[in-house]
Amino acid sequence: MDAILLQILNGLDKGSAYALIALGLTLIFGTLGVVNFAHGALFMIGAFCAVTFSKMLSFSHVVIDETQKDFLGNPLKVDVPYLYDWFGQATGDAIIDWAVPLSIIFTIPVMIAIGFIMERGLIKHFYKRPHADQILVTFGLAIVLQEVIKYFYGANPIPTPAPAAFAGSFDFGALLGFDPNTIIYPYWRLVYFAFAAVIIGAVFAFLQFTTFGMVVRAGMADRETVGLLGINIDKRFTIMFGIAAAVAGLAGVMYAPINSPNYHMGMDFLVLSFVVVVVGGMGSLPGAVLAGFLLGVLESFASMAVVLEFIPGINQIIIYLVAIIILLTRPRGLMGRAGVMED
Amino acid sequence: MAILEVKNVGKRFGGLQALGDVNLSVAENSVHAIIGPNGAGKSTLLNCLVGKLIPDTGSVMFDGQSVLGRKPYEINQMGISRVFQTPEIFGDLSVMENMMIPCFAKRDGAFRMHALESISNERDIVGKAEHMLEEMKLIDKRNMHAAAMSRGDKRRLEIAMCLAQDPRLLLLDEPTAGMARADTNNTIDLLKQIKEERDITIAIIEHDMHVVFSLAERITVLAQGTPLVEDTPDNIKGHPKVREAYLGETQDAA
Amino acid sequence: MFGLNKKDFGLMVIVAILALAAPFILNPFPEGSAMAQFNAGYPDLMQRLVIFGIFAIGFNILFGLTGYLSFGHAAFLGVGSYAAIWMMKLLTLNVIPAIIVSVIIAGLFSLLVGWISLRRSGIYFSILTLAFAQMSYALAYSVLTPITGGETGLQPKYTDPRILDGALEEGQTPRANLFGLDMNQGFELSLGGWVFTFNAGYYLAAVVMLIAFYLSIRIFRSPFGMMLRAVKSNQQRLNYTGLNSKPYTLAAFVISGMYAGLAGGLLVAMDTQVGAERMFWTASGEVVLMTILGGAGTLIGPVLGAGFIKYMENIVSKINKSVLEQWFAFMPDGIEDLLITLVYPFVGKGWHLTLGLLFMLVVIFLPGGLVEGGQRIGRVFRRRDANADSVESDAAEQRKPAAE
Repeated sequence: MDAILLQILNGLDKGSAYALIALGLTLIFGTLGVVNFAHGALFMIGAFCAVTFSKMLSFSHVVIDETQKDFLGNPLKVDVPYLYDWFGQATGDAIIDWAVPLSIIFTIPVMIAIGFIMERGLIKHFYKRPHADQILVTFGLAIVLQEVIKYFYGANPIPTPAPAAFAGSFDFGALLGFDPNTIIYPYWRLVYFAFAAVIIGAVFAFLQFTTFGMVVRAGMADRETVGLLGINIDKRFTIMFGIAAAVAGLAGVMYAPINSPNYHMGMDFLVLSFVVVVVGGMGSLPGAVLAGFLLGVLESFASMAVVLEFIPGINQIIIYLVAIIILLTRPRGLMGRAGVMED
Repeated sequence: MAILEVKNVGKRFGGLQALGDVNLSVAENSVHAIIGPNGAGKSTLLNCLVGKLIPDTGSVMFDGQSVLGRKPYEINQMGISRVFQTPEIFGDLSVMENMMIPCFAKRDGAFRMHALESISNERDIVGKAEHMLEEMKLIDKRNMHAAAMSRGDKRRLEIAMCLAQDPRLLLLDEPTAGMARADTNNTIDLLKQIKEERDITIAIIEHDMHVVFSLAERITVLAQGTPLVEDTPDNIKGHPKVREAYLGETQDAA
Repeated sequence: MFGLNKKDFGLMVIVAILALAAPFILNPFPEGSAMAQFNAGYPDLMQRLVIFGIFAIGFNILFGLTGYLSFGHAAFLGVGSYAAIWMMKLLTLNVIPAIIVSVIIAGLFSLLVGWISLRRSGIYFSILTLAFAQMSYALAYSVLTPITGGETGLQPKYTDPRILDGALEEGQTPRANLFGLDMNQGFELSLGGWVFTFNAGYYLAAVVMLIAFYLSIRIFRSPFGMMLRAVKSNQQRLNYTGLNSKPYTLAAFVISGMYAGLAGGLLVAMDTQVGAERMFWTASGEVVLMTILGGAGTLIGPVLGAGFIKYMENIVSKINKSVLEQWFAFMPDGIEDLLITLVYPFVGKGWHLTLGLLFMLVVIFLPGGLVEGGQRIGRVFRRRDANADSVESDAAEQRKPAAE
């Protein structure tokens, strides 16, 4: 029982990331009708926003500290972040420690801007082109984006720690009456799951309760009619793309402490997220979220030692296996509608 | 003798009874029209005949054999060809290639792995396709991209493709929908000519009364998923039930 | 001739000449000159050019004709490679059985994958093929290690049984051969400053590529090829014309899988080792790229695309800072530094950036690929020629409607 609980928990953080990326992919596909292979790159850029912001916070200048001496007895040169000058050392340290959560503020505008530029500059011209062309051009863009990141940040993963307050693990076992230390779960992953839940909730609320969201939902159901109503679709498309980019970016920022950002993390997640979208049902938002968590948890179950003893290697292929089975038994995925992407 | 026998066919989509209890018999070598107001179930019926839908109840017999549960290509190979509402042709292929494909289908069946033969060596196929194009006055356009043709030409090509298979039954789904008067009349003349020259049964679903009364020998009126009445055009024109359910409205409108 | 019409025969002859004379054509610069690094006439690269040409030719039969976009074709290439290396380990170092078996095994595997994946179309099909390929990759890396060698991959060893060849002596390196002709064998021809290398392995691969290309022309011009284009154009009409599209698409899928297996087998014949990484999804993406870049659905496109990408990959990625400095040395210092800074991100390790940009540009501006680009340029020239002597006929043309 405790082992099962632990695996469910373990699957939640990866599942959250899948769900968030798949949500954005589905938003873009549902509204714009575009298959965006560069969405993983947006996730990756989000993670690098965290890296960049952390670096910006620790910009420093050199000060000669008379109180400290090096081994020759000379005064030591110390890097002092500007933040110390502005807020004092204690507050400055706290801000630097909280760099990852704080970079959310930095990420949102950056990602929305990137989303706008992408949509206006490139995607817009591909609405009428075949899906194969859309896949190919965004695939090219994904390569370009990841190479640019690689050029500036290097090929190695960059550790980006969570705030010290979340460094430990939470003992679920004790809380639920199992033996202590049987179900322990890092605080930050808990935060990530909660964060993902909030974002997903916010997106759904936005679509459900705002006029804008209503039009978008109507557009997802029947694009032509909405176009005929004379509603300015173009502007809404751009905004939707910006939102989807921001969701992917936020998923990336908060994921940075879990998995040190590297330039190819976007592609790694993209392939799986596409499988998630298809399993959930192309064009279905709840389907994307459900399938994201489902596959995340399944993956974590498949990694259990007991399971691996029975079926070695299953953890590597479980997601694809499930995708194949679901696509063959439920042609439109878990919650897909008829007629989407079948021509 | 009936070539197509539809017995007690019913089809339900969720809560909607699209077809109630349809009985219909199309005599060999006749032109049979199925008319009815929008939502009467005409298209559903047609889709049940060609294998796109499987009815919940009843049977559909073509020439003594059941078509139910067969795939569209199998039903076509039995001898039923279908003309669509908007012409369905191979837009990326040339007119000549469009014409050759049904000729191959007629000769070689549903699948043949002729991957290393050359099209230009298939003299009989090329000859037959050219002959059909000539007959349909499309031979000048043989090297044209099919998608680039006018709508009227696309319709002719589609009918020619169906005829190339020498079908026993030709099903037409509103063949003049969205056509100008002149094109409509051309299509009527074409169908009349086809009927005169061949042993073929034509079943036509149509909205346009002009087309129906110019062509049909028998008419079935469908309303709310069940046949209201079946008779000759003259009797249908005067039938009070039909006037009430259908013709009255259209004639007022016209 | 050979069942080809004049135009196709001409194309075939051109490709044959290019392939057979490649050691000359790809080595236009004298040894030791500044431009020598643009020479591509060394065996390893030439082999890759033609082998990936085969891979792309096969992929084009599926994607170019039927429009089904597979994202998993690298799996068939990988399976073909593994089959070939096992033949070399168990049977003989002669490459012929290895290549034949690699084609058969890849064909069977693609029959299985295609039979399942082709139940769906559109992006669902793409994802299914991707899923199969990723599964193959993951399994090759982990559970199937006894068969695939896992992370280290496989090479023939002198200890392998090799029933037909008999045992090698200890320490002897097993070399692939064609009835005794070592695949690494070759001779160098020095002409003035130029050195041309003629390599046995390359010529074997080139001949196989020519056969593969010839077969693809035949398929394109066959009734079967026409049916495949009909699948892409209007599958509904095809079904209502009494044709079953399933076996047609499946046959195309298996044929392209066999081409991939052939390419995989040849890779092993040239360089006797396999690793799972050649099944990774980026490898599948690469063949899509080659086909599109050259021109999907055209005969020559995939060969051009494969050649272009493999050439650029090898050449561009070899350019480093000192090479750039050498190039721009004649410029004033400031401009030299500026140019180097500007160009450097795109060469050497930045090759993928150039590739990504190139790919985007092609999809945006030249959806028909290099072939369409060539045709456009050709049309411009023809128009210019035609303009000169057709002024009068143009004028006549213009008067015509008025007369009617």
